[in-house]
Parts: sequence; structure tokens; C-alpha cells
Amino acid sequence: MNVKNVYIAYTNCITPLGFDVDSNVQAIANGVSGIRLQENSTLMTAPFYAGVIDSDKLNTAFAALSDAKATRLEKMMVLALDPIIKKSGVELNAKTALILSTTKGNITVLNENAVPVPDAYLHQLAQNIVDFFGFTTQPIVVSNACVSGIMAVSVAKRLVQAGLYDNVFVISGDEVSEFVLSGFNSFQAMSDVPCKPYSANRKGVTLGEAAAAALVTINNSEAKAKIAGDGSINDANHISGPSRTGEGLVRSIESAFNEAGVTAQNIDYISAHGTATPFNDEMEAVAFNRLGLNEVPVNSLKGYYGHTLGASGLLETVIGLESMARNKVFASMGYDEPGVSQPINVLAANLDTPVNCFLKTASGFGGCNTAVVFQKVNNGR
Amino acid sequence: MADKYYITQHCSIEGSRISFNGAEFFIAPDTAFADFAKQAYRHAGIDYPKFFKMDNLSKLSFLAADLLLKDTVPDGGNNTALLFANAASSLDTDVKYNDSIIDKENYFPSPAVFVYTLPNICMGEISIKHKLYTENSFFVFEAFNPEFFANYAAILLDTNKAETVLCGWVEFFKDEYKAFVYEVAKEGSLEHTAKNIQTLYLS
Repeated sequence: MNVKNVYIAYTNCITPLGFDVDSNVQAIANGVSGIRLQENSTLMTAPFYAGVIDSDKLNTAFAALSDAKATRLEKMMVLALDPIIKKSGVELNAKTALILSTTKGNITVLNENAVPVPDAYLHQLAQNIVDFFGFTTQPIVVSNACVSGIMAVSVAKRLVQAGLYDNVFVISGDEVSEFVLSGFNSFQAMSDVPCKPYSANRKGVTLGEAAAAALVTINNSEAKAKIAGDGSINDANHISGPSRTGEGLVRSIESAFNEAGVTAQNIDYISAHGTATPFNDEMEAVAFNRLGLNEVPVNSLKGYYGHTLGASGLLETVIGLESMARNKVFASMGYDEPGVSQPINVLAANLDTPVNCFLKTASGFGGCNTAVVFQKVNNGR
Repeated sequence: MADKYYITQHCSIEGSRISFNGAEFFIAPDTAFADFAKQAYRHAGIDYPKFFKMDNLSKLSFLAADLLLKDTVPDGGNNTALLFANAASSLDTDVKYNDSIIDKENYFPSPAVFVYTLPNICMGEISIKHKLYTENSFFVFEAFNPEFFANYAAILLDTNKAETVLCGWVEFFKDEYKAFVYEVAKEGSLEHTAKNIQTLYLS
């Protein structure tokens, strides 16, 4: 079978660190985190750490673009997508799709209206984005817990590879809400300090919010990378805890490697999940060791953004692609001393190193895992 | 698409009735879902106490998938991908969870409820029971989308990401429910086309 190459091209993100990719990379390179102590009793009675986007700044940016009615999350998503749709010049025709990934979408509307609320439906959120931009195909929503953002990239790549579309815009987003804060808190999974992935001193998750967007395309002229292989394989172990052996993650990475035709030796950098819960980080260390990836530079970007749930996989891919373009991988913020049972090469400082091939991974509730391999494209960019 | 694929078995659960490959498997007229699910579990001879901890969406999905997977051996070697979708995501449990935090005088968020506020958890439950170390993905559409199932299942099989695919439309909101779960394989007699999927869905 003649397999088509599929690429990831234009990217963008809306985060507490900035409303474009450059400002985000600048902040990360300078060791700036978007996580702050939040004192907002409508979200949680006690103060808590989270990465929250300034609503005034968001409203101002959105008002400069449109006077349409939109929820806070929709504003984030529109602002993330708008510049890449314009810059790419891609026609929104029958060969162009929108994939939206989120875990909770506009869940906050449950508090505002009588149930059932149309806007609480994820397909309605996607339809609102489709209507805003004028996409002509039915939106596809991926809602697969914390792997949603990177799974959306994998799904986009598969649909383009199969010839169903030439271009797929991927938009990922989730908000910090009372709903998710109280839930993670009920699991006693929330850190009382900004999260410290892979550290011996890690105390759990810090939540965050963001929207990230990318174009997955058959056209390599503006490609940042080729999407070379991907896998999304379940742990078959537990719905709220990762497999201790990292089985699903190992198999997801193997599936991605086989498709990409690469081995552990080809991987220059791993953008891992690193939620800073004891079990997740330990599971990843076990999985990376099983695959001989223990010496590959690895970071978690959760220390800069918190866990942005359905956005995280794509947001971290957007930053990973910048590491590839700049041959510079960033310190895993919050990391101080080794805190997993098997050694992995967590970056304590920024590192200038060639990145020709990187691996993005994520894992989540329901035992889900996704791994995607990105390879540099020699297109003069 | 390189190859033709086939629908080998299918199951529907709707209105207190389960049909399996077109024949009635179990019926309990005018029974609310909680009771119906319990009766169906017993009727199917399932012995899996974790079932009773699941939310409605997971129970519904589990019952349908269990019928289709009952003859498989849970030895970790079965490469059956799960491709599930619905319209309401986990909204049935979302509303229940939200009710537990909306009133500060009566605030009782539970991790056992919160974990089910993600639609893909139902696939996790199926994967655990049947030891499926396989591709899992959950999608949301406004309505049943046979074209997407046909296309995406074919991609999983064409690219050897799976040997067979269990496709499921599993919708649950406020005691209104419908599950339509079917198996796609490389051999069989009923071709896996959007038209055939739609016909079985409506039957």
C-alpha cells in the first residue's frame, strides 16, 4: 500500500504565558511559569495553585477579532485557531476537517442554566467553532481523557493518510473549573505547591487551562515535522490509576516506533506526560526504561502550564515542535531531585542539542495512552 | 481503502431490550435502567462484581461489549480495538457530579463519581474485563455517524493497528439510552459499509 506522508504545519496556543507560540517559548526558555496562587472562592474555597488565563486579556483579544457571543473556552479556541487558518490559506472545503479535543468543554454552563443545556454538549461546542469560521464538514470531537490533545493529532494524521481529507485543523482546549478542581481534589491528587514532575518532592497535580491549535496536512511546504507514527493503546488495568508496568504506554510507543521505522536510538527528545502524581511519573519511568529510552532527554511541561487536560497533548506538541526547530530542549520545571525508581534523563536545565526526531506521550484516566513520533522535515525551514 | 471488511456480530440495547445478532436476547418491559442492567447482567451469566460500581454509560457499554466478546479468551493476545462514540459524552454522570458540588451546604464530591465524568472510561472497563491491550478512542458527534465508523475502523484494520474492531455507539442521558455495538473483521459475509451499519443501527 502506498502510504502518504502527513505533516504538522502551522501551530498556535493561548495560555497564561502568552497568546502566541513565540511568547510562550520565550517565557519557557527564561524559566517563567504560568502557575500562580489563585484566590478565587467561586472556583475553590481555599487558595490553590493553577495556570489560569487572565479573563480581561482574553476578552480584549477576542473583542479585537469579533463581537460574536462566545463562552470563555470558545474565545480561547477561536483565538488559537484564527491566525493559523488565515496564515495557511487553506480553503474550508469538503477536504478540510476540524477535530476538536476537550475533556469537559463548556461544562461550566451546567451552573448557569437548566439541564439539559445545549452548550454543555461537546458537539455543540465544536459546532460553534465550525460556524464561527465557516467549516463545511462535520466537526469531529475527540474526548479521551488526558490523551485527547495528542490523540486528536494522531486521528487527524490517520484521516489525512487515508485520503479522507487533505487538511485537518486540530483545536484542543480545556478550562480550570470548579468541576475539575473539586474532582481532582476529591482524589487527593492536587499539589499544595506548583507541581514538580518526576521529583522526589512531588505532591500531585497542578491544574491549568489553555487552547492549542495546529494544521495537520498532506502538504509539506510549511511543515514543522512529519507525523511519522502513532499508537493509542489501553493499559487494561485500572480506570483511575496507571499500570505499574506501563504496559499500555510501552505498547503505544512500540506501535508508533514500528510505524515510523525508528528505534529508541533515533529519539532525541521525549516530551512526556509528567503530571507529578506519584503513580503517573513512576509508571512513565518504568515504561521508558523497558524501551531503552532512559537516557533520552525528557521533560514535562506541566511545571509551566499545569495540567491542561484535553489541551495538554497538543500544547506540549506545539512546544516540542519549537524545540525541534530551535534544537533546544527546555528544563523540566519543578524538577530538583530524582523521584522515580528507575533512572530517566529529566532535564534540570535548558539544553542545546539537535532534535531531529521526538516522541510525545500522554496517559490518562480509563487506562488510555497515546504516543506520537515527529520527525524533522528537510524543506528548508 | 485497500480491503473490504465485514460486520460479524452486533448487539443493540434500547428500551429495556437487548437484541443480539438480530434476535431478542433479553427483555424486561417498563424497567428503569438500574434494575434492567442488574437483570441483564444476571441473565447473561456475568460474574464481575466491579460491574456494580460502574456508572450508567459504562454499564450499558459493558453489557453490549460483553455479549460480543463472550467467546474470546482474556489472555492479552486479542487485538480487538475499541472505537466508541456518542452524542452526550459523559453528561449523565457530569450532571450528577455537578449536583454534588453546586450546593456549598451540601457538598460531597466523590472520586468514585468524578472518574466517570469522562466518556472513555467505559472503554477502560471493557479493556480491563477482557484484557484488551488495544487501540481505544472515543469520539463525540451530534448524531450516529455510520460513515465515520466505516472509515475509522477501516483505517485501524488497513494499517494493522488492529485485527478486529469493536465499534460502539453508546448514548445515555437521564434514563434515555441506546447502545449499538458491532464487531468488524477481515472475513465475514455482511460488508462493513455505512449503509449496512445504518440499517443494523435502525433495526
